[in-house]
Amino acid sequence: MLKKHIKNTVAIIAAATSFASIASAEINGPVNYIIPFGPGGESDISARLQQPFFKDKFGEDMVVSYQPGGGGAVGWASLNGLNGDGQTIMGVNLPHIIIKPAQKNVGFKTDDLNTFYMFHYTPDAIVVTADSPYQNLADLVADAKANPGQVTMSGSGKASANHLAQIKFDKLAGTLTTYVPFKGTGAAVTALLGKQTVAEWGYTTVGAKQGDAVRMLAVAMENRHPLFPDVPTFKELGYDMTGGAYRGIALPNSASAETTKMWSDMIAEINTDPAFQKKMLDGGFAMLDVDSAGMKDFMAARVEEYLKDAREAGLIK
Amino acid sequence: MEFSHFLSAMTPFNIALALFGVVAGTVIGSIPGLTATMALAVLVPITFSMDPASALILLGAIYTGAIYGGAYAAILLNTPGTPSAIATTFDGYPMAKRGDGDLAVALACFSSVFGGMVGAIALLLLAPPLSKVALAFGPVEYFWLSIFGLSLIASLSNGNLMKGLAGGAFGMILSTVGVAEISADIRLTFGSQVMIGGFGVVGALIGLYCIPVLIDLVATPERHLKVEENVKSVRISEAFKIAMRSKFNLIRSSVVGTLVGILPGAGGSVAGLVAYSEAKRTGKDHQKFGEGEPDGIIATESANSATVGGGFIPTLVLGIPGTPPDAIVLGALLVQGVRTGPAMFSQSGSIVYTFIYGLIIATILMLPAGLLIGRYAYKSIVTIPKAVLVPTVGFMTIIGTFAIRNSVSDVIIMLCLGVFGWLIARFGFAASPIVLGLILGPIAEQGFVQGWTIGAATNNLIGMFFGRPISQAIIAFTLMTLILPIYLAYKKQPHKEV
Repeated sequence: MLKKHIKNTVAIIAAATSFASIASAEINGPVNYIIPFGPGGESDISARLQQPFFKDKFGEDMVVSYQPGGGGAVGWASLNGLNGDGQTIMGVNLPHIIIKPAQKNVGFKTDDLNTFYMFHYTPDAIVVTADSPYQNLADLVADAKANPGQVTMSGSGKASANHLAQIKFDKLAGTLTTYVPFKGTGAAVTALLGKQTVAEWGYTTVGAKQGDAVRMLAVAMENRHPLFPDVPTFKELGYDMTGGAYRGIALPNSASAETTKMWSDMIAEINTDPAFQKKMLDGGFAMLDVDSAGMKDFMAARVEEYLKDAREAGLIK
Repeated sequence: MEFSHFLSAMTPFNIALALFGVVAGTVIGSIPGLTATMALAVLVPITFSMDPASALILLGAIYTGAIYGGAYAAILLNTPGTPSAIATTFDGYPMAKRGDGDLAVALACFSSVFGGMVGAIALLLLAPPLSKVALAFGPVEYFWLSIFGLSLIASLSNGNLMKGLAGGAFGMILSTVGVAEISADIRLTFGSQVMIGGFGVVGALIGLYCIPVLIDLVATPERHLKVEENVKSVRISEAFKIAMRSKFNLIRSSVVGTLVGILPGAGGSVAGLVAYSEAKRTGKDHQKFGEGEPDGIIATESANSATVGGGFIPTLVLGIPGTPPDAIVLGALLVQGVRTGPAMFSQSGSIVYTFIYGLIIATILMLPAGLLIGRYAYKSIVTIPKAVLVPTVGFMTIIGTFAIRNSVSDVIIMLCLGVFGWLIARFGFAASPIVLGLILGPIAEQGFVQGWTIGAATNNLIGMFFGRPISQAIIAFTLMTLILPIYLAYKKQPHKEV
């Protein structure tokens, strides 16, 4: 009797361990990291920075590929049709994944996406050329008040982070500026440098890339960016504005809880590596750590904020 | 710029990288659907362990090779292997049809090497001043540039102006389908998810150019290309003589290619088209263009290869990528810890100059490599029996289209466009105006919307669109391109007294 009992216990333990070994997720072979945009943007650059650290820490290649179309919608609409075995992940961007589905049916909903980590953001910033007459934000606000509508500001896309920032700042400052949408940050910066527009709604990354060619008037962060100790925050200047474009990574929603957890831990490990942080900060990015456990609350707050802004701006109904 | 950078580029390892890159790029570029962007994206991680200059040399060599490789499929299958080679089909395929495919491939190789050298030398000597060209081009200039490109329809559609314009308009409508690039509106999808990504240029190219060729191959008993009794080797010396005779065309097209390459967002396809239109406008035999005129291939292939060096100018000097492949190179540099942008030439000069010399070496290596691969490509396309050729190419079109963004919708769209293209060809509508509209439509739309927004904000709409010197020059070229064929037709007509 006892013997039988022991035998059963052993069998149960054996079954439990074998079950556990199936349940604990791991990656097998190269990982496909899809960027739903073309190359060269902030999403691509930050993925490229993660790439060597991933290989270093976890021994597998991270293959970055591009699947542009529909401002990211083509990629996100296809995400849940992909295999959820943890070998495929996809970059996600805020406000895109919140604003786009709210505007029209684009083949996915914000809640459909199994976003497991938000690893950085690019803080909004107003950028002017080095020889611009605007020495500081007050100069720009004064000009915009004196000449309503005549201050033209380039930015990446419409109903985008840049556009929402422009609308929000106009409201806070009581100004009327003209937003000129371009295809991507690169084109918006080109327009600024070529003096097609007098200022640009960009990110701190623009300041990092363009160096002495441009001047940032203010950045939308709680504290100043370590790379730009001389650039004030909007808050310091009396405008309650923090934020920017947030970037994270999602798995197909068929991925198991274990796989999601594994990925969240892996990206967190890269994010806490000081060498990675340095590369990101040198590029003008700002670090962010929202893991799979904290994602629900983070997204809920962002959804509320973005939808309110977009609704007030008339971008969505 | 010192000689030492040339020597550091000349290490056996770097030369081997350049050779490997050119060969790999040429093969990838020759397959429709596999683009230079894709090749670079996959290979970037290999470069992480290299020093930055070697990494750049490998990436630059792949890029150069891929742009040239696009000409093979354009000439031998009437299908641009990369969008840059669109205009190469105009005269390349007619040449191949009449049995001059080997000559066309050799010509493409000479022209590509020449154009590539001009672009690379411009990058070496004139990069900082030339980068200003990228900044001088505002939204309105892009708008007029695309109108200039569309004016090519008039000269492309010999005697069929109305059909050409209808095709161009149709292409422009197709380009508006899906999520609009800058306004983010969702247009003309009729609620369907298939259309949300719009009509991709590469998929449309494969469909509109390649599928009709395949259908015709199956529908007719003739051989694919006419061949002389015994397949000769690539006619190198003949091609060289023709290229030398057209040296002005070579130089002009290479300069056009370099300049267009500097413009972010224009790229090799626009460069090839502009150079083609200029070669046709100034050439002695306008009528022969489109029927297998070697000058057509010389113009497009030298221009699109020159965009490689030209595109690196804004990439390295301003940190603004000229083309998608440049953007990948920029990303690879950032990972290496090299800061691009205004300070790069002064701070990382040795990397930049070693890379530029590496690009020049790769371009030179393209001459023997390109001629050899070209000979092989020509022989295999000519000798493979139809029963093997058609399924092979058919399979490649589907894989290639799917590979662009792993989308089955793209394959469906590609096949539908292909059958559509074959049908309308029966009624005298050509594929090229549609593709022109598809490529230039978004450039025109964005430039117009941005130009209008800025002009309206500053109460200067007329001045915005007509008052800027570069715009005025482009408008003048457009008018010349439009009026010349009409004038020539008028002159040719016997003047009857009323």
